[in-house]
Amino acid sequence: MASFLGIDYPTWWFLVVGAVFSGYAILDGFDLGAGALHLFFKKDKSRRIALNAVGPVWDGNEVWLVIGGGTLFAGFPVLYATLFSALYVPFMVFLLGIILRAISIEFRSKEPMRWWRRGWDVVYSFSSILLAVLLGVVLGNVLQGIPLDETHEFSGSGWQFINPYALLLGGTTLALMSMHGGIYLCLKTQGRLFEKVERLLKVAIAAFVVLFALVSLYTLLYIPHLSDDFREQPVLFVIPVLALLSIANIPRLVSRRRFLIAFFFSSLTISLLLILVAIELYPTLLISTEDLANSITVYNAAASEKSLGIMLIFVVIGVPLVLLYTFIVYRTFWGKVKMDETSY
Amino acid sequence: MDVEILSRIQFAFTIAFHYIYPPLSIGLGLLLVIFEGLYLKTGDKQYEQLTRFWIKVFALTFGIGVATGIVMEFEFGTNWATYSRYVGDVFGSALAAEGIFAFALESGFLGILLFGWNRVSPLMHFLSTIGVFLGSMFSAIWIVVANSWMQTPAGFHVVGEGMEARAEIVDFWAMVFNPSSVDRILHVWIGAFLAGAFLVLSVHAYYLLKSRYVEISKKAFRIALLVATVFSFSQLLTGHRSAEIVAEHQPAKLAAMEGHFDSLAPADLYLLGWVDPETKQTTGISIPGGVSFLTHFDFSHPVRGLDDFPKDEQPQAINAVFQFYHIMIAIGMTLIGLTFLACFYWWRGRLFEQKWLLRIFVLAVLLPQIANQAGWFAAEMGRQPWVVYGLLRTSEALSKAVVAEQVLFSLIMFTIVYVLLLALFLYLLNKKIKHGPADAALADHRPNQSEVGDVIAKQTKP
Repeated sequence: MASFLGIDYPTWWFLVVGAVFSGYAILDGFDLGAGALHLFFKKDKSRRIALNAVGPVWDGNEVWLVIGGGTLFAGFPVLYATLFSALYVPFMVFLLGIILRAISIEFRSKEPMRWWRRGWDVVYSFSSILLAVLLGVVLGNVLQGIPLDETHEFSGSGWQFINPYALLLGGTTLALMSMHGGIYLCLKTQGRLFEKVERLLKVAIAAFVVLFALVSLYTLLYIPHLSDDFREQPVLFVIPVLALLSIANIPRLVSRRRFLIAFFFSSLTISLLLILVAIELYPTLLISTEDLANSITVYNAAASEKSLGIMLIFVVIGVPLVLLYTFIVYRTFWGKVKMDETSY
Repeated sequence: MDVEILSRIQFAFTIAFHYIYPPLSIGLGLLLVIFEGLYLKTGDKQYEQLTRFWIKVFALTFGIGVATGIVMEFEFGTNWATYSRYVGDVFGSALAAEGIFAFALESGFLGILLFGWNRVSPLMHFLSTIGVFLGSMFSAIWIVVANSWMQTPAGFHVVGEGMEARAEIVDFWAMVFNPSSVDRILHVWIGAFLAGAFLVLSVHAYYLLKSRYVEISKKAFRIALLVATVFSFSQLLTGHRSAEIVAEHQPAKLAAMEGHFDSLAPADLYLLGWVDPETKQTTGISIPGGVSFLTHFDFSHPVRGLDDFPKDEQPQAINAVFQFYHIMIAIGMTLIGLTFLACFYWWRGRLFEQKWLLRIFVLAVLLPQIANQAGWFAAEMGRQPWVVYGLLRTSEALSKAVVAEQVLFSLIMFTIVYVLLLALFLYLLNKKIKHGPADAALADHRPNQSEVGDVIAKQTKP
């Protein structure tokens, strides 16, 4: 099997897909989180500032989802096909959320009427919450596994994606993103609004810590197969330890108002948690709860070596460019929100 | 209804709705580059006004385009899982390339295009506009490459049998430059330029009729008219090339588009007509042997007709394919006539006195939109019963794990949301147009002045 630096192509591609989704979770994570907090701001002006804090970047952040979907389709067609058709209903509701959120950002400030703005504020906030929860629900189903037959087709029922573990992960994801988005808003606001965000942020941190503890406990007790890799290679324990340290660092930095570093650590936390997920899964991508032999792995789901090789070249050329655009845009809008005639 | 028909309706509906917006973004992108380029070159404030006004309209179309586009990317997996497994190796790489090379460029610089006026230098802003425009053009390339591969597959081999069969890439560039790619990309680009140009023509014709913003509207109208004229004529060439490729690679589709049944006879070129698949008769106004001439330069050359294909390898809705194809051509010809006429009056120096012509241009904004939609319906319905021509049938491409109730639920959901979305889009577009370019720089300023003031006041405090 073709390999590069001693790592075979499917594994490389696993790393690429993981990195893209981790980029997505970090970037869209803060704007979804900011959206989840939106209704706690009462004045129209506060809401506009909060909205414009994510205004110029949310669309660029969602690009990572598009790239993620593309890399998943291209790199692991079998996983893309099975996962998306198995979780048909949550993905359709996710799409609904994506559309409603995009148009609420776009349309909210186009009319001065109070009912119009309040209405779109509600749509914006609820769709942000919905998207964060659904991302967690999908992750929960992937971690738990779903029933697959020998052709890797889903053989369960359409509604079994709703289960306690998935919902718990949904809540945890929402709390994590609210914390992440809260830190971002602290960087972008000042005065009364800033103080308000800071108070909300502390609640979000507390909620995340509690939910994260519950998820960890649930995982260890009821889904023991996820920790197999750690028992076999104890050195991997360094990742959860780092994740815990990173999480513990956030409230400390927030209380000292060092938000930029706190934002770095909440981003790091998201990455580390996803790396944890990656280690738990690899080389499996989707566990079959029916017969373990039917599980989808990086090897039986991967595209051909030729295709993976071509796309790795795409990534090598494309990713530096994407990072460059991202850097330029964030540098342009660096600092506190300044409203002008082009704002939302 | 079964999963297949529901999934087909849903896909057709969601993609047709999506396709209202990207052509507008591409076409308006081109005009924005022209307007802003002229502004930088001449320093004329009127071009700045035009740029700023059209950026606002652009933002509206772009936002909806992105949201409805993400739906498309997910729908392959949710509704067409078997298709996704079959083509992932080939089709997926085109989609991934689109995300990495095109969409990232487009959306990255969009923020600066929309919100960067007061934050970056005019040159940097202009470069961002170009970045967004190029990104949208690249996007079109990869999407059309992916679709063209479904029409004229190349550069792959099939491995495995039955349900395990997969198409795998053997030659990437042969896949990208499959026989129909280049001509179809040009055809789609030009269709998009026309959609954008006719929107600009429509809005400024409206202002001219109302005697508002007369000076800048004349400027904008002339520029957009040039763009529309050049591209309505060149569309004839790319259209002709595309039809030749269909004739060569998808003969059953050509036969359906032209309503031609008898393989031993020369094919007539219908200007308009009606196809009855039962009696295998096409009635209408036609040039005898016209299609034979266009494809073989010989009016009496026989053309393969639908009779030559087994029933299960013919498009199912022959009359619909015929009609969509002919609507597209009729509109293409109308656009050539309209732009030619307007250029004639321009040359005589009496363009803006022709109120009747301006009135037609106000309404003509719908024509390229209808032609773009009709063209895609002809292309996609003409490919049936195949989803990948000659390789995979649409009926075999479905998701096996999905049941009819689920698709019905999502179809109803999309219908409600998209109807609402279209209503809002038209309402806000109408409002922006009524507002006009001059107000864009003034009226929207005011409610924000106090907020900017607050921010400045706070920043200057120790």
